[in-house]
Amino acid sequence: MSTAELHTLTGAYALHALPEDERLAFERHLGACEACTQEVRELSATAARLGLAVSVVAPPAMRERVLREITTVRQEAPSHGRSGRSGAPAGRAGRWSTYALAACVAAAAAFGGVAVWQNQVARNAQEEAAQARQQNEQLARVLAAPDARTSSGALEGGARAAVVVSPSVNRAVFLASDMDRPPGGKVYQLWFNDDGSMRSAGLMDPSATDDTVLLDGPVDGASGMGITVEPAGGSKQPTTPPVALMDFPKA
Amino acid sequence: MKEAVHISGAPSPGPDLQELLVLVARGDQDAFTQVYDQVSGPVLGLVRSVLRDPAQSEEVAQEVLVEVWRTAPRFQPSRGSAMNWVLTLAHHRAVDRVRSAEAAAAREHRAALLDRTPDFDEVSEQVETRLEREQVRRCLRTLSELQRQSVTLAYYRGLTYREVGELLSVPLGTIKTRLRDGLIRLRDCLGVNA
Repeated sequence: MSTAELHTLTGAYALHALPEDERLAFERHLGACEACTQEVRELSATAARLGLAVSVVAPPAMRERVLREITTVRQEAPSHGRSGRSGAPAGRAGRWSTYALAACVAAAAAFGGVAVWQNQVARNAQEEAAQARQQNEQLARVLAAPDARTSSGALEGGARAAVVVSPSVNRAVFLASDMDRPPGGKVYQLWFNDDGSMRSAGLMDPSATDDTVLLDGPVDGASGMGITVEPAGGSKQPTTPPVALMDFPKA
Repeated sequence: MKEAVHISGAPSPGPDLQELLVLVARGDQDAFTQVYDQVSGPVLGLVRSVLRDPAQSEEVAQEVLVEVWRTAPRFQPSRGSAMNWVLTLAHHRAVDRVRSAEAAAAREHRAALLDRTPDFDEVSEQVETRLEREQVRRCLRTLSELQRQSVTLAYYRGLTYREVGELLSVPLGTIKTRLRDGLIRLRDCLGVNA
Protein backbone atom coordinates (compact mmCIF):
# COMPACT_ATOMS: atom_id res chain seq x y z
CA MET A 1 0.00 0.00 0.00
CA SER A 2 1.34 3.45 -0.84
CA THR A 3 1.99 6.10 1.76
CA ALA A 4 -0.88 8.20 0.45
CA GLU A 5 -3.23 5.24 0.75
CA LEU A 6 -1.99 4.52 4.25
CA HIS A 7 -2.65 8.10 5.22
CA THR A 8 -6.35 7.78 4.40
CA LEU A 9 -6.56 5.03 7.03
CA THR A 10 -6.35 7.51 9.93
CA GLY A 11 -10.14 7.56 10.23
CA ALA A 12 -10.56 3.78 10.10
CA TYR A 13 -7.74 3.40 12.60
CA ALA A 14 -9.21 5.90 15.05
CA LEU A 15 -12.49 3.98 14.90
CA HIS A 16 -10.73 0.61 15.37
CA ALA A 17 -12.18 -0.39 12.02
CA LEU A 18 -9.02 -1.94 10.57
CA PRO A 19 -8.57 -5.70 10.42
CA GLU A 20 -5.57 -6.89 12.45
CA ASP A 21 -3.04 -7.14 9.60
CA GLU A 22 -3.85 -3.69 8.28
CA ARG A 23 -3.77 -2.24 11.76
CA LEU A 24 -0.23 -3.53 12.24
CA ALA A 25 0.86 -2.16 8.86
CA PHE A 26 -0.68 1.19 9.68
CA GLU A 27 0.98 1.32 13.09
CA ARG A 28 4.35 0.75 11.45
CA HIS A 29 3.57 3.66 9.15
CA LEU A 30 2.46 5.81 12.08
CA GLY A 31 5.85 5.51 13.72
CA ALA A 32 7.33 7.36 10.75
CA CYS A 33 4.54 9.85 10.04
CA GLU A 34 4.15 12.72 12.43
CA ALA A 35 1.24 14.29 10.57
CA CYS A 36 -0.66 10.99 10.72
CA THR A 37 0.04 10.69 14.44
CA GLN A 38 -1.43 14.11 15.10
CA GLU A 39 -4.45 13.37 12.91
CA VAL A 40 -5.00 10.02 14.63
CA ARG A 41 -4.86 11.78 17.99
CA GLU A 42 -7.52 14.27 16.95
CA LEU A 43 -9.75 11.71 15.31
CA SER A 44 -9.47 9.38 18.31
CA ALA A 45 -10.53 12.24 20.56
CA THR A 46 -13.44 12.81 18.18
CA ALA A 47 -14.40 9.13 18.37
CA ALA A 48 -14.34 9.35 22.17
CA ARG A 49 -16.98 12.09 21.92
CA LEU A 50 -19.20 9.61 20.10
CA GLY A 51 -18.63 7.32 23.06
CA LEU A 52 -19.50 9.96 25.63
CA ALA A 53 -22.74 10.64 23.82
CA VAL A 54 -24.08 7.18 24.63
CA SER A 55 -23.21 7.32 28.32
CA VAL A 56 -25.60 5.51 30.68
CA VAL A 57 -25.85 5.18 34.43
CA ALA A 58 -23.97 2.11 35.63
CA PRO A 59 -25.72 -0.11 38.18
CA PRO A 60 -24.54 0.16 41.82
CA ALA A 61 -23.74 -3.57 41.97
CA MET A 62 -21.15 -3.11 39.24
CA ARG A 63 -19.49 -0.39 41.28
CA GLU A 64 -19.22 -2.68 44.28
CA ARG A 65 -17.80 -5.50 42.18
CA VAL A 66 -15.18 -3.31 40.52
CA LEU A 67 -14.10 -1.59 43.72
CA ARG A 68 -13.78 -4.97 45.42
CA GLU A 69 -11.89 -6.51 42.53
CA ILE A 70 -9.24 -3.81 42.28
CA THR A 71 -8.12 -4.51 45.83
CA THR A 72 -6.85 -7.87 44.57
CA VAL A 73 -5.42 -6.79 41.21
CA ARG A 74 -1.81 -5.81 41.02
CA GLN A 75 -1.01 -2.72 38.99
CA GLU A 76 1.39 -2.63 36.13
CA ALA A 77 4.77 -1.09 36.63
CA PRO A 78 5.12 2.17 34.75
CA SER A 79 7.48 2.17 31.82
CA HIS A 80 8.08 4.80 29.26
CA GLY A 81 5.70 4.89 26.38
CA ARG A 82 4.47 1.34 26.55
CA SER A 83 1.26 0.35 24.92
CA GLY A 84 -0.71 -2.82 25.22
CA ARG A 85 -1.67 -2.77 21.58
CA SER A 86 1.85 -3.01 20.33
CA GLY A 87 4.36 -5.76 20.49
CA ALA A 88 7.21 -7.16 18.53
CA PRO A 89 5.91 -8.03 15.08
CA ALA A 90 6.01 -11.71 14.21
CA GLY A 91 9.06 -12.79 12.27
CA ARG A 92 8.22 -14.62 9.07
CA ALA A 93 11.55 -16.33 8.55
CA GLY A 94 11.89 -19.79 9.99
CA ARG A 95 14.89 -18.77 12.02
CA TRP A 96 14.76 -15.60 14.07
CA SER A 97 18.17 -14.04 14.10
CA THR A 98 19.20 -12.02 17.08
CA TYR A 99 19.50 -8.94 14.92
CA ALA A 100 16.03 -9.35 13.50
CA LEU A 101 14.66 -9.75 17.00
CA ALA A 102 16.54 -6.70 18.19
CA ALA A 103 15.14 -4.76 15.24
CA CYS A 104 11.61 -5.92 16.01
CA VAL A 105 11.98 -4.90 19.60
CA ALA A 106 13.43 -1.56 18.58
CA ALA A 107 10.46 -1.03 16.26
CA ALA A 108 8.05 -1.89 19.03
CA ALA A 109 9.85 0.46 21.37
CA ALA A 110 9.68 3.24 18.82
CA PHE A 111 5.95 2.96 18.48
CA GLY A 112 4.67 1.97 21.83
CA GLY A 113 7.38 0.54 23.98
CA VAL A 114 8.50 -2.87 25.04
CA ALA A 115 6.36 -4.73 27.47
CA VAL A 116 8.35 -5.24 30.56
CA TRP A 117 6.85 -7.08 33.46
CA GLN A 118 8.03 -7.30 36.93
CA ASN A 119 7.00 -9.65 39.59
CA GLN A 120 6.82 -7.47 42.61
CA VAL A 121 5.14 -4.23 43.42
CA ALA A 122 7.76 -1.62 44.06
CA ARG A 123 7.27 0.72 46.95
CA ASN A 124 6.87 3.92 45.02
CA ALA A 125 6.48 5.25 41.53
CA GLN A 126 10.04 6.49 41.23
CA GLU A 127 11.44 3.16 42.19
CA GLU A 128 9.12 1.46 39.71
CA ALA A 129 10.16 3.79 36.92
CA ALA A 130 13.82 3.15 37.65
CA GLN A 131 13.16 -0.58 37.68
CA ALA A 132 11.31 -0.49 34.38
CA ARG A 133 14.15 1.45 32.79
CA GLN A 134 16.60 -1.04 34.15
CA GLN A 135 14.56 -3.93 32.75
CA ASN A 136 14.39 -2.28 29.34
CA GLU A 137 18.16 -1.93 29.39
CA GLN A 138 18.57 -5.52 30.53
CA LEU A 139 16.28 -6.67 27.75
CA ALA A 140 18.28 -4.79 25.14
CA ARG A 141 21.50 -6.14 26.63
CA VAL A 142 20.30 -9.75 26.31
CA LEU A 143 19.21 -9.29 22.71
CA ALA A 144 22.40 -7.55 21.69
CA ALA A 145 24.81 -9.82 23.59
CA PRO A 146 27.39 -11.48 21.33
CA ASP A 147 26.62 -14.85 22.89
CA ALA A 148 22.82 -14.50 22.60
CA ARG A 149 21.26 -17.63 21.16
CA THR A 150 17.70 -18.05 19.98
CA SER A 151 15.37 -20.97 19.77
CA SER A 152 11.91 -20.64 18.35
CA GLY A 153 8.87 -22.75 17.80
CA ALA A 154 5.16 -22.85 17.21
CA LEU A 155 2.78 -22.88 20.14
CA GLU A 156 -0.75 -24.17 20.32
CA GLY A 157 -3.25 -22.26 18.25
CA GLY A 158 -0.73 -21.02 15.70
CA ALA A 159 1.13 -18.68 18.03
CA ARG A 160 4.85 -18.35 17.55
CA ALA A 161 7.36 -17.98 20.30
CA ALA A 162 11.07 -17.50 20.65
CA VAL A 163 13.38 -17.40 23.58
CA VAL A 164 16.72 -15.61 23.56
CA VAL A 165 19.30 -16.51 26.16
CA SER A 166 22.62 -14.82 26.84
CA PRO A 167 24.87 -16.84 29.16
CA SER A 168 27.14 -13.83 29.75
CA VAL A 169 24.23 -11.61 30.83
CA ASN A 170 22.63 -14.63 32.56
CA ARG A 171 19.14 -13.49 31.54
CA ALA A 172 16.55 -14.66 29.04
CA VAL A 173 13.93 -12.89 26.93
CA PHE A 174 10.71 -14.51 25.77
CA LEU A 175 8.91 -13.25 22.66
CA ALA A 176 5.48 -14.34 21.55
CA SER A 177 3.20 -13.35 18.74
CA ASP A 178 -0.44 -14.18 18.12
CA MET A 179 -0.88 -15.90 21.46
CA ASP A 180 -4.44 -16.52 22.54
CA ARG A 181 -5.41 -14.31 25.42
CA PRO A 182 -5.58 -16.17 28.71
CA PRO A 183 -9.11 -16.88 29.99
CA GLY A 184 -10.70 -14.03 31.98
CA GLY A 185 -9.12 -13.55 35.39
CA LYS A 186 -6.10 -15.68 34.41
CA VAL A 187 -2.59 -14.81 33.31
CA TYR A 188 0.24 -16.60 31.59
CA GLN A 189 3.04 -17.22 34.00
CA LEU A 190 6.56 -17.97 32.82
CA TRP A 191 8.83 -20.46 34.56
CA PHE A 192 12.46 -21.43 34.42
CA ASN A 193 12.89 -25.16 34.16
CA ASP A 194 15.61 -26.11 36.65
CA ASP A 195 15.98 -29.78 35.96
CA GLY A 196 12.27 -30.41 36.12
CA SER A 197 11.50 -28.04 38.98
CA MET A 198 9.78 -24.81 38.03
CA ARG A 199 10.99 -21.41 39.21
CA SER A 200 8.74 -18.42 38.55
CA ALA A 201 10.03 -16.06 35.86
CA GLY A 202 7.22 -13.51 35.92
CA LEU A 203 3.88 -12.86 34.25
CA MET A 204 2.86 -11.88 30.76
CA ASP A 205 0.61 -8.95 29.99
CA PRO A 206 -2.84 -10.62 29.94
CA SER A 207 -4.20 -8.07 27.46
CA ALA A 208 -1.48 -8.53 24.85
CA THR A 209 -1.35 -11.25 22.23
CA ASP A 210 2.13 -10.12 21.20
CA ASP A 211 4.55 -9.66 23.99
CA THR A 212 8.24 -9.35 24.77
CA VAL A 213 9.17 -10.25 28.31
CA LEU A 214 12.43 -10.16 30.17
CA LEU A 215 12.27 -13.28 32.30
CA ASP A 216 12.40 -12.42 35.96
CA GLY A 217 15.57 -13.64 37.64
CA PRO A 218 18.85 -15.16 36.49
CA VAL A 219 18.99 -18.07 34.07
CA ASP A 220 21.66 -19.85 36.14
CA GLY A 221 21.39 -23.55 35.47
CA ALA A 222 17.94 -23.55 33.86
CA SER A 223 17.72 -25.77 30.80
CA GLY A 224 14.48 -24.34 29.45
CA MET A 225 11.28 -22.55 30.26
CA GLY A 226 7.59 -23.25 30.54
CA ILE A 227 4.33 -21.32 30.41
CA THR A 228 1.26 -22.07 32.49
CA VAL A 229 -2.12 -20.44 32.95
CA GLU A 230 -2.45 -19.13 36.50
CA PRO A 231 -4.94 -17.02 38.44
CA ALA A 232 -4.41 -13.24 38.12
CA GLY A 233 -1.39 -12.24 40.15
CA GLY A 234 0.39 -15.53 39.48
CA SER A 235 1.20 -18.52 41.63
CA LYS A 236 4.21 -19.66 43.62
CA GLN A 237 4.23 -23.01 41.88
CA PRO A 238 2.52 -24.02 38.64
CA THR A 239 -1.07 -25.08 39.34
CA THR A 240 -1.88 -26.26 35.80
CA PRO A 241 -0.05 -28.36 33.21
CA PRO A 242 2.18 -26.20 31.00
CA VAL A 243 0.70 -24.87 27.76
CA ALA A 244 4.21 -24.77 26.37
CA LEU A 245 7.68 -25.99 27.27
CA MET A 246 10.74 -24.77 25.43
CA ASP A 247 14.34 -25.84 25.73
CA PHE A 248 16.87 -23.09 25.88
CA PRO A 249 19.19 -22.92 22.90
CA LYS A 250 22.51 -24.66 23.39
CA ALA A 251 25.41 -22.30 23.67
CA MET B 1 -17.49 32.41 36.27
CA LYS B 2 -16.55 28.90 35.35
CA GLU B 3 -18.86 27.29 32.87
CA ALA B 4 -20.82 24.38 34.23
CA VAL B 5 -21.02 22.62 30.91
CA HIS B 6 -18.97 22.90 27.87
CA ILE B 7 -20.08 23.44 24.39
CA SER B 8 -16.79 22.88 22.67
CA GLY B 9 -13.34 21.62 23.40
CA ALA B 10 -12.26 18.32 24.88
CA PRO B 11 -14.76 16.73 27.22
CA SER B 12 -13.87 16.73 30.89
CA PRO B 13 -16.83 15.60 32.99
CA GLY B 14 -14.88 16.45 36.12
CA PRO B 15 -12.06 18.90 36.49
CA ASP B 16 -9.59 16.43 37.92
CA LEU B 17 -9.86 13.18 36.03
CA GLN B 18 -6.33 13.56 34.73
CA GLU B 19 -4.87 14.22 38.18
CA LEU B 20 -6.94 11.45 39.70
CA LEU B 21 -5.58 8.98 37.19
CA VAL B 22 -2.06 9.98 38.11
CA LEU B 23 -2.91 9.20 41.74
CA VAL B 24 -4.45 5.90 40.68
CA ALA B 25 -1.19 5.06 38.92
CA ARG B 26 0.44 5.24 42.35
CA GLY B 27 -2.00 2.76 43.81
CA ASP B 28 -4.48 5.25 45.35
CA GLN B 29 -7.75 3.33 45.71
CA ASP B 30 -9.76 6.35 46.85
CA ALA B 31 -8.71 8.18 43.71
CA PHE B 32 -9.82 5.16 41.71
CA THR B 33 -13.26 5.34 43.30
CA GLN B 34 -13.57 8.90 42.04
CA VAL B 35 -12.32 7.91 38.60
CA TYR B 36 -14.84 5.09 38.59
CA ASP B 37 -17.68 7.49 39.35
CA GLN B 38 -16.73 9.67 36.41
CA VAL B 39 -16.03 7.06 33.78
CA SER B 40 -18.24 4.06 34.54
CA GLY B 41 -21.33 5.51 32.84
CA PRO B 42 -19.54 6.40 29.59
CA VAL B 43 -17.68 3.05 29.61
CA LEU B 44 -20.81 0.97 30.11
CA GLY B 45 -22.78 3.03 27.58
CA LEU B 46 -20.13 2.63 24.92
CA VAL B 47 -19.63 -1.08 25.52
CA ARG B 48 -23.38 -1.60 25.45
CA SER B 49 -23.75 0.26 22.18
CA VAL B 50 -21.27 -2.17 20.59
CA LEU B 51 -22.25 -5.43 22.30
CA ARG B 52 -25.94 -4.79 22.93
CA ASP B 53 -26.30 -7.74 25.27
CA PRO B 54 -26.72 -6.18 28.74
CA ALA B 55 -25.11 -8.96 30.79
CA GLN B 56 -22.13 -9.31 28.47
CA SER B 57 -21.77 -5.54 28.34
CA GLU B 58 -21.60 -5.28 32.09
CA GLU B 59 -18.99 -8.03 32.20
CA VAL B 60 -16.82 -6.31 29.59
CA ALA B 61 -17.31 -2.87 31.19
CA GLN B 62 -16.18 -4.34 34.48
CA GLU B 63 -13.08 -5.80 32.83
CA VAL B 64 -12.33 -2.42 31.28
CA LEU B 65 -12.65 -0.60 34.60
CA VAL B 66 -10.36 -3.07 36.34
CA GLU B 67 -7.95 -2.62 33.45
CA VAL B 68 -8.04 1.14 34.04
CA TRP B 69 -6.83 0.42 37.55
CA ARG B 70 -4.24 -2.08 36.43
CA THR B 71 -2.78 -0.09 33.57
CA ALA B 72 -3.14 3.45 34.95
CA PRO B 73 0.67 3.73 35.10
CA ARG B 74 0.57 3.54 31.31
CA PHE B 75 -1.57 6.64 30.93
CA GLN B 76 0.34 9.56 29.46
CA PRO B 77 -1.41 12.93 29.75
CA SER B 78 0.70 14.27 26.88
CA ARG B 79 -1.01 11.85 24.50
CA GLY B 80 -4.58 12.87 25.16
CA SER B 81 -7.17 13.32 27.85
CA ALA B 82 -7.90 10.75 30.51
CA MET B 83 -11.44 10.24 29.26
CA ASN B 84 -10.14 9.55 25.74
CA TRP B 85 -7.72 7.03 27.13
CA VAL B 86 -10.42 5.21 29.07
CA LEU B 87 -12.93 5.24 26.22
CA THR B 88 -10.33 4.06 23.72
CA LEU B 89 -9.61 1.14 26.01
CA ALA B 90 -13.32 0.42 26.36
CA HIS B 91 -13.89 0.55 22.61
CA HIS B 92 -10.97 -1.79 21.95
CA ARG B 93 -12.28 -4.33 24.43
CA ALA B 94 -15.83 -4.17 23.15
CA VAL B 95 -14.71 -4.46 19.54
CA ASP B 96 -12.38 -7.35 20.33
CA ARG B 97 -15.28 -9.13 21.98
CA VAL B 98 -17.72 -8.52 19.17
CA ARG B 99 -15.20 -9.65 16.58
CA SER B 100 -14.35 -12.88 18.34
CA ALA B 101 -15.34 -15.85 16.23
CA GLU B 102 -18.49 -16.90 18.01
CA ALA B 103 -19.82 -13.39 18.23
CA ALA B 104 -19.20 -12.79 14.54
CA ALA B 105 -21.11 -15.96 13.67
CA ALA B 106 -24.03 -14.84 15.76
CA ARG B 107 -24.12 -11.43 14.19
CA GLU B 108 -27.49 -10.14 13.15
CA HIS B 109 -28.19 -9.88 9.49
CA ARG B 110 -27.86 -6.80 7.38
CA ALA B 111 -31.23 -5.27 8.06
CA ALA B 112 -30.78 -5.46 11.80
CA LEU B 113 -27.39 -3.81 11.60
CA LEU B 114 -28.61 -1.00 9.40
CA ASP B 115 -31.64 -0.52 11.54
CA ARG B 116 -29.56 0.10 14.55
CA THR B 117 -29.17 3.61 15.83
CA PRO B 118 -27.36 4.39 19.05
CA ASP B 119 -29.40 4.93 22.15
CA PHE B 120 -29.42 8.67 21.82
CA ASP B 121 -32.88 8.88 23.20
CA GLU B 122 -32.25 7.11 26.45
CA VAL B 123 -33.37 9.35 29.25
CA SER B 124 -30.55 10.57 31.39
CA GLU B 125 -30.75 12.67 34.45
CA GLN B 126 -27.26 14.00 33.90
CA VAL B 127 -27.35 17.40 32.27
CA GLU B 128 -23.82 17.12 30.92
CA THR B 129 -24.57 13.84 29.22
CA ARG B 130 -27.70 15.26 27.66
CA LEU B 131 -25.81 18.24 26.29
CA GLU B 132 -22.99 16.08 25.00
CA ARG B 133 -25.53 13.83 23.30
CA GLU B 134 -27.33 16.77 21.80
CA GLN B 135 -24.15 18.24 20.42
CA VAL B 136 -22.96 14.96 18.92
CA ARG B 137 -26.35 14.38 17.38
CA ARG B 138 -26.36 17.87 15.89
CA CYS B 139 -22.88 17.39 14.46
CA LEU B 140 -23.70 13.95 13.06
CA ARG B 141 -26.45 15.68 11.09
CA THR B 142 -23.83 17.80 9.32
CA LEU B 143 -22.32 14.66 7.79
CA SER B 144 -23.37 13.21 4.46
CA GLU B 145 -25.56 10.12 4.72
CA LEU B 146 -22.68 7.85 3.69
CA GLN B 147 -20.25 9.51 6.10
CA ARG B 148 -22.70 9.20 8.97
CA GLN B 149 -23.55 5.58 8.27
CA SER B 150 -19.92 4.59 7.83
CA VAL B 151 -18.78 6.29 11.03
CA THR B 152 -21.64 5.05 13.20
CA LEU B 153 -21.50 1.46 11.89
CA ALA B 154 -17.77 1.32 12.52
CA TYR B 155 -17.86 2.96 15.92
CA TYR B 156 -21.14 1.94 17.49
CA ARG B 157 -21.31 -1.53 15.94
CA GLY B 158 -17.61 -2.36 15.88
CA LEU B 159 -17.56 -3.24 12.17
CA THR B 160 -14.33 -3.19 10.19
CA TYR B 161 -14.29 -0.88 7.19
CA ARG B 162 -14.51 -3.97 4.98
CA GLU B 163 -17.70 -5.05 6.70
CA VAL B 164 -19.08 -1.53 6.41
CA GLY B 165 -18.28 -1.59 2.68
CA GLU B 166 -20.02 -4.91 2.15
CA LEU B 167 -23.01 -3.88 4.20
CA LEU B 168 -23.50 -0.65 2.31
CA SER B 169 -22.34 -2.07 -1.05
CA VAL B 170 -19.80 0.71 -1.40
CA PRO B 171 -16.20 0.27 -2.65
CA LEU B 172 -13.65 -0.11 0.13
CA GLY B 173 -11.61 2.90 -0.96
CA THR B 174 -14.70 5.06 -0.64
CA ILE B 175 -15.43 3.75 2.86
CA LYS B 176 -11.88 4.50 4.04
CA THR B 177 -12.19 8.03 2.72
CA ARG B 178 -15.66 8.56 4.21
CA LEU B 179 -14.50 7.34 7.63
CA ARG B 180 -11.71 9.87 7.51
CA ASP B 181 -13.53 12.87 6.08
CA GLY B 182 -16.60 12.09 8.19
CA LEU B 183 -14.53 12.13 11.37
CA ILE B 184 -12.73 15.28 10.26
CA ARG B 185 -16.05 17.02 9.78
CA LEU B 186 -17.19 15.83 13.19
CA ARG B 187 -13.94 16.97 14.74
CA ASP B 188 -14.40 20.46 13.32
CA CYS B 189 -18.06 20.62 14.30
CA LEU B 190 -17.34 19.45 17.87
CA GLY B 191 -14.31 21.70 18.15
CA VAL B 192 -12.03 18.86 19.23
CA ASN B 193 -8.46 19.86 19.97
CA ALA B 194 -5.99 17.16 20.74
